Amino acid sequence: MADPGTDDVDTAVEVQGITKRYGAQAALDQVDLCLGCNERLAVLGPNGAGKTTLIAVLATLVRPSAGTLRVMGFDSADAPNEVRRRIGVVAHQTYLYEELSARENLLFYGRLYGMPDLEARVEMLLKLVDIYPRRHEQIANLSRGMQQRVALARALVHDPDVLLLDEPDTGLDQAHLDLLASLVQGRAIPARTVILTTHNLDRALELCGRVAVLAQGRLVYQAASAALDRAALRDAYHRLAGAAP
Amino acid sequence: MALSKNEGGARRWIDDVLGVATLIGMVVALWLIFIYTPMELVQGAVQKVFYIHLASIWNAYLGFLIVFVVSILYLWRPSARKDRIARAWAEVGVVFTTITLVSGSIWAKPIWGTYWTWDARLTSTLILWIIYVVYLMLRGFVGDPERGRRYAAIVGIIGFIDVPIVHMSVRWWRTLHPDPIVATSEAALPASMWYTVLYCIVVFTVLALFLVRQRVHIDELRETLVDLRTTSS
Amino acid sequence: MKLTLQQVLAIVQKDLMVEMRARDLLVLMLTFAVLSLVIFYLALDLWGPVVQRVGPGLLWMTITFAAMLGMGRTFVREYERGTLAGLLLAPIDRGALFISKLLANLIFLFIMEAVTLPMFALLFDLPVLNPAVMLATLLGTLGLAILGTMFSAMAAHSRAREALLPLLLLPTTVPIIIGAVQATSNAISGVADGPPWIGLLIAFDVIFLTLSYLLFEHAIEG
Repeated sequence: MADPGTDDVDTAVEVQGITKRYGAQAALDQVDLCLGCNERLAVLGPNGAGKTTLIAVLATLVRPSAGTLRVMGFDSADAPNEVRRRIGVVAHQTYLYEELSARENLLFYGRLYGMPDLEARVEMLLKLVDIYPRRHEQIANLSRGMQQRVALARALVHDPDVLLLDEPDTGLDQAHLDLLASLVQGRAIPARTVILTTHNLDRALELCGRVAVLAQGRLVYQAASAALDRAALRDAYHRLAGAAP
Repeated sequence: MALSKNEGGARRWIDDVLGVATLIGMVVALWLIFIYTPMELVQGAVQKVFYIHLASIWNAYLGFLIVFVVSILYLWRPSARKDRIARAWAEVGVVFTTITLVSGSIWAKPIWGTYWTWDARLTSTLILWIIYVVYLMLRGFVGDPERGRRYAAIVGIIGFIDVPIVHMSVRWWRTLHPDPIVATSEAALPASMWYTVLYCIVVFTVLALFLVRQRVHIDELRETLVDLRTTSS
Repeated sequence: MKLTLQQVLAIVQKDLMVEMRARDLLVLMLTFAVLSLVIFYLALDLWGPVVQRVGPGLLWMTITFAAMLGMGRTFVREYERGTLAGLLLAPIDRGALFISKLLANLIFLFIMEAVTLPMFALLFDLPVLNPAVMLATLLGTLGLAILGTMFSAMAAHSRAREALLPLLLLPTTVPIIIGAVQATSNAISGVADGPPWIGLLIAFDVIFLTLSYLLFEHAIEG
């Protein structure tokens, strides 16, 4: 295996036997996952299937009860901070301080990651997510959709190798859904590995090269998007997850 | 997690031995305390509580020491079993701290003329009791059981390190106020009394072991039951 | 090392900036502190030599309860808005995160005390604005803040939220309360001998600073 963190690592995310139990309930049950560099995976599943827990475990926010996680060759148990340096996360919560402006939030998080040329990078990101004109307003005064865009910029502030997006389309209007697509697909910024969760089958097929279905904490289905059409995916989802998406 | 038949058998056997040993040991302890040892001249019959009192506080400190060690081990390598052991010893510790406080009060009433006084040792034992009652409550306050176990381990470590510091501070604090208690001389205890004290400590330790094993076993059964319910539903 | 220092500074600066805009924390602590001084005075009908005897105790009860109120809020605020997860996502050593939060808490507590001590001196007519009392206050506050930061991180994740904090903090900080009250008392009445209270406070601070620094990752992580 190549040295962790160097450019010639070809597996970006490697998950083995991840299980997370809350008491007797298993939110995740023996999940295995392997993603090559710049691969994009959409995780589908009904509410309560464990999508958010999966993202939280991948983000090192929740310790798994069993199993291992490697990101860009680094083991999350041995080198958690190396893993953290390489992942960017967008979740239900924006992770933004309401009292601070968009710019101040990005500068703060950028400093936590020790980014060089931070001012310029923050300016670039604010323009990228189309929030630049309102960069000095407090987050509390921005709409949910705008906050979500700032959250996207926040996840990119340290130029992570892997993006974890938990229902990133929350609150975004059509124009900014296109922006999200261009970010995820690596058109607006350099391509990177992406894992995203969504309820929307079309968006999953459109954005990601691979789709997976999570049901009751188990990864029950995986397929390449190219080999699927909407009806086939809908059918598989219905059969495995037991609920209409 | 089902127990293999063999393992269950060995467990039963040890528990039986411990149970019988405790029973016999306790009867002998009663004989030693009430018949073998001489009546204390000044204090009279109430002095007999002293044997139980000392053996109880011994069990409490032993329990909290084990909680401390197992908590460190838990944070190093978490396992549900370590947590069960730590919790069982903490429960035993709290029970025997309670017995210590109550037996002390029974003794204090005729000797000091009051059930409670803010003496250094009493005060720090009371705080010890409070710390470990909170330790036992903590898991119930935390939603995620794994996190609850971790938090309990943290308090199991901080609490134990805190005990000598609390004791030191309370002792210094008491020296400022004149001690209302006439110190009783413990120097000239007859040998039979000391043997009885040592014997009681040993028997109480066996009792603690027995209780802890039962407690851990009940917890394991309960968890097996929960597992069975969730897999069958 | 340089990055860690930068991270600590960033978090402390961020906390101050957030508080400067929100102001709820300091307002809460200060109002509570002043209010309890007044209530204590009324409830206990303090005058004459009694004040000298119970004054230091009242001062420290006020400081302790106001501190608990404030420290409980700092973590609950981060936890409820989800920004705590944002901090945990960053590649920051958990010990350094503890130091950052401790420093931010200390700054808030010192500001609260900068108002409470003169208030106390004024209302109770006791000379608490002397260097010996300041030293005891500094060390006692540090001890409260160390375990307060540790336990409020745990309390924020519990069902009871801040309500759990006093249950954990009050019994464990008994040496701090006793030490700080006695040191303050000695300083006011000019007693020079007696047990080494300042030494006790220092020992407590050093032991629990080390312990909390090591244990904090277990308190904060998911």
